[in-house]
Formats: sequence, structure tokens, C-alpha cells
Amino acid sequence: MQAIGLSFVDWLIIAVYFGFTIGIGFYLRRFTKSEEDFFMAGRKNSSWVAGLAFLSANLGALELLGMTGNTFKYGMYVAHFYWIGAIPAMLFLGIYMMPFYYSSKIKSVPGYLKLRFDEKTRVLNGIAFAIMTLLVSGINLYAMALVLHTFLGWNWDVSMWMSAITVGLYVGLSGLMSAIFTEIIQFFLIWFGLFLVSLLGIIEIGSIHEIFARVPESFNTLWSTSADPSQNGMMITWGGIVLGLGFVLSFGYWTTDFLVVQRAFSAKNLRSARMTPIVASFFKMAIPFIVILAGLIALVLANDPNSGFQLAKDAGQINYDSALPLLIARYYPRGLVGLGVTALLAGFMAGQAGNISAFNTVWTYDIYKSVLNKKASDAHLLWMGRVATVVGVAISLGTAYWAKSFPSIMDYMQAIFSWVNAPLFATMLLGMFVVWITPAGAFWGLIAGMGSSFTLYLAVKFEWISRSFITMSSPSSDMAANFWRAWWAWLICFSVTIIISWFTKKKPKEELVGLVKGLTKENVDKDIPFIKRPEFYAIISLVVLIILNVFFW
Amino acid sequence: MKPIWYFVGWILFIIGLILVANGIYTYFNPEIQQTVLRGTYPDIWWGGLMVIVGLIYVLKNKNVKLE
Repeated sequence: MQAIGLSFVDWLIIAVYFGFTIGIGFYLRRFTKSEEDFFMAGRKNSSWVAGLAFLSANLGALELLGMTGNTFKYGMYVAHFYWIGAIPAMLFLGIYMMPFYYSSKIKSVPGYLKLRFDEKTRVLNGIAFAIMTLLVSGINLYAMALVLHTFLGWNWDVSMWMSAITVGLYVGLSGLMSAIFTEIIQFFLIWFGLFLVSLLGIIEIGSIHEIFARVPESFNTLWSTSADPSQNGMMITWGGIVLGLGFVLSFGYWTTDFLVVQRAFSAKNLRSARMTPIVASFFKMAIPFIVILAGLIALVLANDPNSGFQLAKDAGQINYDSALPLLIARYYPRGLVGLGVTALLAGFMAGQAGNISAFNTVWTYDIYKSVLNKKASDAHLLWMGRVATVVGVAISLGTAYWAKSFPSIMDYMQAIFSWVNAPLFATMLLGMFVVWITPAGAFWGLIAGMGSSFTLYLAVKFEWISRSFITMSSPSSDMAANFWRAWWAWLICFSVTIIISWFTKKKPKEELVGLVKGLTKENVDKDIPFIKRPEFYAIISLVVLIILNVFFW
Repeated sequence: MKPIWYFVGWILFIIGLILVANGIYTYFNPEIQQTVLRGTYPDIWWGGLMVIVGLIYVLKNKNVKLE
């Protein structure tokens, strides 16, 4: 593919962004005095700061490139990732789960597992999370390399290595506090840098109505074609969407993935922590107006032979993730190209900072201090956090090459989430809401859930079993298989945890106070007026979600 | 410590200013633009919006300091 190229003005804008980011890193170092500052950002953020960081940690370049590419591949169904596949889970986290997380003053999600169950469950989850984070981190590296490859025409290998070196330098300078600052700047740059693509696409094609009219019917609805998988682009039934994505994958990611939950832990008090995912939910619902709309615009243009628009191809395979960069090249004059590239790079930097800051916290507290060096001092842990940062970036480089072999970034992402997050959600749900679940039940349930999900993945990949065996429908897509695999992994973990808990030793109730519903005082935010309570804003968010789903039915 | 919104304001303001200045230059030298919809001059109005939003954030947080 021919490189798009950047002018002096584009480089100037990119330089302004990098100058700001590094400058903020140095500025914040003066205020990063303790281990709590480095790993928890001092626990002093408002719900707005924590909420935007909560959303932005998830809104990396891979999200932007991958979801636009996926809309091209699967159509409007990708919006389910932002609506039913995110909002109910975010609200559930804020209303029901955050009081247990925040009040126990844990430093990580595996830290909760130690308090609720035992050390071995914590270490098992810590290791699984660390591996998953490095795999996702590799996607971020790949995404940045894709931007450099598309715009500058750099060789893939050079792009990967340059990306890794940049990340190593950047993340090495910053703890969670500067990661959060960068994430918020990225949030604004993404809106200003990429929403204009949708606006200019609407201007070129004529109207939103015209865009929807010019894509196939199987690509422009949200639910009305979900009864028959052959009638929609994702080749999935509503059951797969609701159970696999809306319930298991979504709740598994948004309520247990430490990458996002860590941002809520940085809030200044419990009310702010509860409001964190609720504030984020409103902005999450708006993201489709960038990525879904851009994907549909790319689809309309690619189907129009007079537009001259085509997705890039690598080794004969369509590169779906090139849709957004190519739209930027189509619409943006010099200067704006720099802003568009900066938005993608900022997304990458923030996503990578999020992954690495979550990785170094879990490695330091849940693996290193928990197993390898139980007597480590605070200063030593701070040093270990920085070493973990550099090592994590180096390992991510290897996983970036693996990510490149997948046809679309989001297929790779959902495959990973279905291995780790889906069963973990069953463990968390039972742990927080059922008193008699035992440490042995949680541990073996997690093993069974993760093992079955990975085995099902291998079985379909190497054709030991047919994909329709787990999706219960034919035809089906990779994404449908991811959704259904997540559901089975959750169900297996849920069932095994309950069965083993019937026969094994329970923890004394006095050790579970504050960690399990039923043994915890339920007076959270009861002393403030209803219109200031998180519950009130959660209801508004839910109403907006319902309106969007009905409107695009 | 200055709030994050102050830095957000500055970066939007500076990038917006660069876009507007470049947009005005290319308005008078149109031959250097090759993009679709170049006649709508998105860099000028979009850059202008960034300048305004950036200024609001900077001025609103100029004297704010966090603990």
C-alpha cells in the first residue's frame, strides 16, 4: 500500500502532543512521592477524572482501529459492544460491586480474591491477568505499528520496534497518576481528532439516512435480524449477543478487569468510586458516533466504484483495521492529518500505559510480593514496579507479532477475554453475593472455566470440533464463537464452583464482613438526596441505553 | 498541582491555533490540498472550535490548584 505521508505541520502537531505528554510526566514526578502515588494515583481523583480515565484506558487505538474495521466486516452489530455489551455491566459495577472493592482498600482485583478466598486463588488470577495484559499490550503495539505503517510506509518490523522503544521510554517515566492524566488528554484528542471523520463522511455521502440506506440490510440494524444468524453480518443469534457478550464478556471485562477497575480505585471516596463507571457509561454510549459511523462510511465508499476508496491488503488478505487511517487520509488536509494521527497515537499511548500500569501493579503485589518476596519494603516494591514496566513492554513486543496474524484485532481481543475474564466473572459474582462459596470451590472453578475456554478455542481452531457445536447455529462467525465460548466458560466455572463449595470447608463468616453481600452493612450513600446518588444517574444512563436500542432496532 | 483540565485546555488551544493558521495559509494557496471536500476548509472551522474550547478550559482553571 502506498504511504500517505506527513507534512511539516503534521509533524509539528505530533511533536506538540509528545512534548506535552513527556512534560506532564516530569511535572507529575514532583507529586509522586510514595508507593500509593505510583500505584494508586494517591486515591484523590474526582469521579470525572476517574470516570474519563476509566473509559479511556479501554479506548485505546486498538478499540478505534479494531471497531471501525469490525463495523466494515460485521456491520451495525458492532454497536452492541458499546451498548448492551458495556453499559449494564458498568452500572452493575458502580452500584453493586464497587462498595466491596473500594471499602476493602485493596490495591488490585486479585487482592480481593485473597481476602474473599485465599492466596492460591489470588496468585492464579494474578498470573492469568498478567499474561492476558501482555497479550493485549501486544495488540496495542501492533495498532501503533499499523498507524506508522499506513501513514509513513515504515516496514512492519521497524514499526513494531520503534513502537516498543517509545512505550518503554514513556511508561518508564510514569506511574498511575501520569497514566490517568495522559488518558484524559487522549480522550479529548480522540474526539477532536476523529469525530470530524464521521462529520465529513456524512457531508460527502449526503446524510446519515443515506449512509444507512446504502449499506446492506444485514449490516444496518441492531436487533431486528438477530433471530436468524444468516440475516446479519455477525452471523449470530440474539441469544449469543445477550448471554455471551451482554452478560458474560461484558460483565467479565467491565467488573473484573483490573485495567479499568484500577481507575475507580484511584477515586477520592466511595461515592466518587461508585460514580466512576456511571460517568464513563454516558461517554461510552457516544463512541459509536465515531467508530461505527466511520466503519459504515468506509463500507458505503468501498461499495461505490466511483469513490476510489478501497481497504488496504496485506499478503492478499483484506486489512479491515486500515479503514479508519484510510478515511483520515481521504478527508483530512495537512495539519488535520497530524491531528488524526496524534489521536490514534494518543489512543495507543494511553491504552499501553493502562495495560502496563495494571500489569506492574498485579505483578508487584499479587505475584512478586505474594509469592517471591513477602518481606519486600515499599521502596523495593516501587523499584520492582519500574522493572516490571520495562520487562512487560519487552514481552509485549513478542505478542505483537502474534496479534498481527489475526484477521481482525477485535477477534483476537475477544478470544483472550473469553479465556480469562469470563470465568473470573463467575467467581467474583459468587464470591460477592453468596456467603457459602468456599476457597476450594473458587480455585477449582476458575481452573475449570479457564481450561475449558482455552480447550474449546483450540478445538475449533484445529477443527477437532465444528464451530457450530458451540454456537448452536450454522452459519456462524469467529466473533459468534467468542461470545458463545465465553458463555460456556462462565457456566462451567459457575457450576464447578457451586458443586465443589457444597463439599469443602467454608471460611468463617467473621472473615467475610465487608466482602460479601449479606454480611456487610447496606448504608452506602443513603444519607444524601436521591438526585445526588449514583443510583439516580445509573437510571438515567439505563434510559438512554434503551432509547438508543429502540431507535436503531 | 494544577488540574488536568488546565493541560487539556492548553493542548487543544495550541493545536487548534496551528490548524487555523495552516488553514488560512492553504486558503490562499489551494493547490497544495488534494483531499476530498477540500473546499469546505475543515481545518479552519474545526481548528477554530478547538481554540475556543481550549481557551474556556484554560481560563476556567487558570487559578485552580489541587492539594
